[in-house]
Amino acid sequence: MSSDPHSHGHGHSHYHDAHEAIVSDDAPGYYEIMETAVRELLIAKGLITANDIRHQIEVLDSRTPALGAAVVARAWTDPAFKGRLLENGRAGCEEMGISFYDDTQLIVLENTESVHNLIVCTLCSCYPRPVLGLPPDWYKLKPYRARAVIEPRKVLAEFGTIIPDDVEVRVSDSTAVIRYLVLPRRPAGTEGCTEEQLAALVTRDAMIGVIPVTLNDGAAQ
Amino acid sequence: MDTSALSAIRPALFERPSFTVGDRVRVSKRAPIGHYRVPIYLRGIAGSIVRVIEPAFVDNEEEGYGRNAGNKRHYYRVAFAMPDLWPDYAGSPNDELQIEIIETWLEQI
Repeated sequence: MSSDPHSHGHGHSHYHDAHEAIVSDDAPGYYEIMETAVRELLIAKGLITANDIRHQIEVLDSRTPALGAAVVARAWTDPAFKGRLLENGRAGCEEMGISFYDDTQLIVLENTESVHNLIVCTLCSCYPRPVLGLPPDWYKLKPYRARAVIEPRKVLAEFGTIIPDDVEVRVSDSTAVIRYLVLPRRPAGTEGCTEEQLAALVTRDAMIGVIPVTLNDGAAQ
Repeated sequence: MDTSALSAIRPALFERPSFTVGDRVRVSKRAPIGHYRVPIYLRGIAGSIVRVIEPAFVDNEEEGYGRNAGNKRHYYRVAFAMPDLWPDYAGSPNDELQIEIIETWLEQI
């Protein structure tokens, strides 16, 4: 803020919102310096261009949970598509025009009356990026990664999700070549909804498996 | 055409999956130095094959060192009972962990 005694005076004569200007005063860390060095070396050697990097960032930015939500809504409304999606998740997404830019495969995990699925990557942050974009920060942090496999019901409860004891909690740890996407249960009361209206109900967290899809939350009114 | 030639085809080593759905397997307990994709918490634990992942994929652990030619092996989706992983597991005994594991880490029980 302008009243901040540590203001750097970059000529910011105004600020847009009620938050601090986002500046990084921290010295770069070891890996940040290494990334910069490798990137600059690759560019200097002519192996990739700065434009290639910008392009790839745009590819990642174009992937958002709205894609996954469209897949879920299609599966809810088209049983034949759902069958193909559960058989081969990647092929099902590609059928909708969602390309995969890497060699990962996708398994779609259907939540049912008797099974609730939860996704984690205990080793790092494997995530179905082609269909959901970048993972949320909590997904990458060690407490979630460790606790999701050790005490999934407690973790789910902290998200407000209580799974009855007679429902199996099935945790999928994605660590190698397969990524996972949860196909949540379609909420009751959505019988008259269009595919677009259904997609608007489906949130990122529901496709990770930490919450169900509900009518009164996340709906685009 | 001589159809016996077709029936006489011998698959290469590891071309076909070594395990099938329902097989009981144990995750190898070794702890070599290097890049490994099998979490420590699974080593030595017994589980069941629930899906053979086709086709075979490059071994990520070799790929991590830039070696990715000629080392494709099958991955399997393996299910473990939570109480087998965590003796004090507090949830339902039916809760499961499922994970994909490359063939080199699985031992037939």
